[in-house]
Amino acid sequence: MSTTTEIVLRAQETIPAPDIEYGQLAPVLIVIGAAVVGILFEAFLPRRARYVAQTLLSGLALASAFAAVVGLAVAGNASTEAGLVAMGALAVDGPTLFLQGVILLVSLVSLFTFAERRLDPRAHGRHVDSFAAEGAAVPGGESEKAAVKAGFTTTEVYPLLLFAVGGMLVFPAANDLLTLFVALEVFSLPLYVLCALARRKRLLSQEAALKYFLLGAFSSAFLLFGIALLYGYAGTVKYAGIAEVVADTNSGVTEALAATTGNDALLLTGGALLLAGLLFKVGAVPFHMWTPDVYQGAPTPVTGFMAAATKVAAFGALLRLLYVVLPGLTWDWRPVMWGVAIASMAAGAVIAVTQTDVKRLLAYSSIAHAGFILAGVIAATPAGISSVLFYLGAYSFVTVGAFAVVTLVRDAGGEATHLSKWAGLGRRSPLVAAVFAVFLLAFAGIPLTSGFTGKFAVFKAAAEGGAGALVVVGVVASAVAAFFYIRVIVLMFFSDPRPGGPSVAVPSPLTSTAIAIGVLVTLVLGVAPQYFLDLASQAGVFVR
Amino acid sequence: MSFPLLTAVAVLPALGAIATAAVPAARRTAAKWLALAVSLATLVLAAVVAFRFDPGGDRYQLTESYSWIADFGVRYELGVDGIAVALIALTALLVPFVILAGWHDADSLEGEEGPNRRWRPTQGFFALILAVEAMVIISFEATDVFLFYIFFEAMLIPMYFLIGGFGDRAGPHGEEETAKQRSYAAVKFLLYNLAGGLIMLAAVIGLYAVTADQLGEGTFSLQAIVEARQAGELTMGENTERLLFLGFFFAFAVKAPLWPLHTWLPNAMGESTAPVAVLITAVVDKVGTFAMLRFCLGLFPGASEWATPVIVVLALVSIIYGALLAIGQRDIKRLVAYASISHFGFIVLGIFAMTSQGQGGATLYMVNHGISTAVLMLIVGFLISRRGSRLIADYGGVQKVAPVLAGTFLVGGLATLSLPGLAPFVSEFLVLVGTFTRYPAAGVVATLGIVLAALYVLVLYQRTMTGPVRPEVERMPDLRKRELLVVAPLIALLIFLGVFPKPLTDIVNPAVEHTLSDVRMTDPKPEVEAAK
Repeated sequence: MSTTTEIVLRAQETIPAPDIEYGQLAPVLIVIGAAVVGILFEAFLPRRARYVAQTLLSGLALASAFAAVVGLAVAGNASTEAGLVAMGALAVDGPTLFLQGVILLVSLVSLFTFAERRLDPRAHGRHVDSFAAEGAAVPGGESEKAAVKAGFTTTEVYPLLLFAVGGMLVFPAANDLLTLFVALEVFSLPLYVLCALARRKRLLSQEAALKYFLLGAFSSAFLLFGIALLYGYAGTVKYAGIAEVVADTNSGVTEALAATTGNDALLLTGGALLLAGLLFKVGAVPFHMWTPDVYQGAPTPVTGFMAAATKVAAFGALLRLLYVVLPGLTWDWRPVMWGVAIASMAAGAVIAVTQTDVKRLLAYSSIAHAGFILAGVIAATPAGISSVLFYLGAYSFVTVGAFAVVTLVRDAGGEATHLSKWAGLGRRSPLVAAVFAVFLLAFAGIPLTSGFTGKFAVFKAAAEGGAGALVVVGVVASAVAAFFYIRVIVLMFFSDPRPGGPSVAVPSPLTSTAIAIGVLVTLVLGVAPQYFLDLASQAGVFVR
Repeated sequence: MSFPLLTAVAVLPALGAIATAAVPAARRTAAKWLALAVSLATLVLAAVVAFRFDPGGDRYQLTESYSWIADFGVRYELGVDGIAVALIALTALLVPFVILAGWHDADSLEGEEGPNRRWRPTQGFFALILAVEAMVIISFEATDVFLFYIFFEAMLIPMYFLIGGFGDRAGPHGEEETAKQRSYAAVKFLLYNLAGGLIMLAAVIGLYAVTADQLGEGTFSLQAIVEARQAGELTMGENTERLLFLGFFFAFAVKAPLWPLHTWLPNAMGESTAPVAVLITAVVDKVGTFAMLRFCLGLFPGASEWATPVIVVLALVSIIYGALLAIGQRDIKRLVAYASISHFGFIVLGIFAMTSQGQGGATLYMVNHGISTAVLMLIVGFLISRRGSRLIADYGGVQKVAPVLAGTFLVGGLATLSLPGLAPFVSEFLVLVGTFTRYPAAGVVATLGIVLAALYVLVLYQRTMTGPVRPEVERMPDLRKRELLVVAPLIALLIFLGVFPKPLTDIVNPAVEHTLSDVRMTDPKPEVEAAK
């Protein structure tokens, strides 16, 4: 036997061939695969055919990925068959599948708003959507005019959307810190680009994207630094491994590292940096500064998608981190999260009162909601996990629906997002105003809407988890928040319409479907939430 | 399974609301008739409930119980005691009159062309009234705390639109200022009540945490909690119980409204049309005082006893303060609102006197106050619609021009000041007697309220109805047929219940005994000097 073969054989003994569970990874693979195909479409299909091909491909991919998630859940992967896949890089368990299902459905609904082409007036005889004719063209420049005249549209948004969704699917499932970081970048980068692609108010849009990118890069750096420190602490990036070191039951650390592991300073600093990175994505105070500008500047369909899906994915990752990696540190992270939750609820609700732009208002409201969800996270009980899961599902549909309504109210300059322009909308178009009122009431947590059920679930979990004071703060913040939601309703119904105010564009069935789904989910989760609560509580167990 | 009667009473107006809202824009008269028919059918169903209810039977009757949100331990649990039956009957009785009195209230909003053409005010107005009725009725029926809370909160939304969207357009300061005031009143109403409700929510969650902790499984069922407490399985810590009690009581005190949480009521009643004002004070606010009886006393007997001295004082302040401010009002509707605050003080006083006369009187008071305020306020509404002003100073000598209007107004006013022979006298007397047996000083102070009531009612009558006829009211028409149809039956009822309150007391008294036994209170024994 030659030495070469011997080396190869020996290598095979020590380096196990990766064993990939394609079945459990199917949702991710379908979405990422479709994104790659979408890029090929961009390269090879004629411009005319791209819109239809891309929307069909994206819709199909998201739907079949959702079907795969349902299939996995039915096969028991959420409970009995839950386990680690891809060499322990990902965990496919209840929370993963629940959140993946929510992300996919929300993305599908968002896709409808992405594909809407009837709202903007035709540009040179062609239907256009909310996205820039040519992303690379200088705003107001010659090449942009030429692109608009030629009727270009940016169909690249669909593969970008799919890549973002792919990253978001991995994010809550990530079971080691490196996968977490890769997933974060995979979904963040497409979002930065999407934010910059508004057709109207392009400078605002590009400013938003730049801010988002810079702050996002900053937070990624924090996250990465945290990962490095935690590696130094535990000698591994695997969640279970770190948890073992934290719990002091570790035995398998290599000798070379044994001397340096277990340094609490590394653990605490690393954990804090990691949390900072995740709280940035969640949009919790004090890492919320980007939210209003980005929400306002980004094209509204993107805002809706981002506000809903990013929050779901990021909270999923946060939950796993706190419950799987750092349960031994509960006494350390809890006070910090208390502070963050209270600050988020208070700041979000109070600052929102002074806002005059619908999108900024919803941005601050999302900060307050991040605080409410954190109240459930802090509970540190199984009921806490399932309440957060339920809240995320309920909240994301309300958000997508609300932003879809925002796209409808338009004047000559595009969407009319200044609140003063919404005056009297209830008289002009009672249906649209009533639908928006339903979403606002759900945000405010009025009974019989999903917002109330969700809020009740997280507050109940928090109260049982010994965070009664947090519940009181949450309730007071809800009262403040109710004030500005109600103010918008007052404006829509009790103010007289202004002459020359915005009109409500008649959308195609796409946006109508998106809004209808939003309203339906909001009401069903408010009136008959039992099935979904069961689903969330069955899904509330993390695999290690 | 027997016919779910209680569900039917609540669902009928809810369905009616949807049907009314769906009537096409051109058929708005049909919408009015539909709403009236639905409210009458509800009245019939409520009457069936009242007849099927056996005063000597179980505490909660006609019960229905289904699991709703098992995760939270929430059940769809309905059941009525005598107090609830009386209040459901009151609600079902008043709504047809409210609808009839508000027959033309939304008309002025119709017919605006242009961008407003899709706005259907008439359908909206009547649908909202029916929606409020449905939610009020179900909150009287709910014996599950969570179920009650949901409708207690949800009824704010239709009420808010009724105040803000269909308010009075006869404000004293011009159209724009009136619109601003109206919007302000609606928002104030909503925020006060929402804040109260959210604080209650914290207490509701706390209650769940306590039951989950001690019974192993969280529950919101009033009966289950009361039984567990009486069996000694559930013991709340003193402080916990007091905090939870305060959370609940705060919400009910805002709703009732009790001084110093009352300030939304004059705005809300002043700026809404008379029928909506009746809906607020005679129907919706009763949920607050009713809930004090059912939930505060039932769930937290110890804390209720602890808080009684403070609440009695607050109630006395309400009585006197409301009456004094009523005397000082220049706006007729705000006057009625402050009078109501004074009356709610009596109701709360009766409840927390913790005697059978006091609580029985308070329950009767709720019903009688509903009817008498409805009479007074609806006639005030008719008066204002004729002259287009809410200010007392703009009237004078109406009784010479419109004698029937003035006469019925006087009857309504006399009922408000509790003239013997009219229904409110009975209840006010009972409340005072009930209070006096336990808190003699409070009884004496409360009696002052009656004197002040005479002042504000009679001065109002004198300024508006007597004296020389002002030129603006010279051509004022007397009550029309529709208006008489509204007023006459209610006045008849006031007189009937004034001389023969037995049917009502028969239903109410056993329920009051149950409530008193919840708080383990008995009437103080009359002291007799020992014979020598």
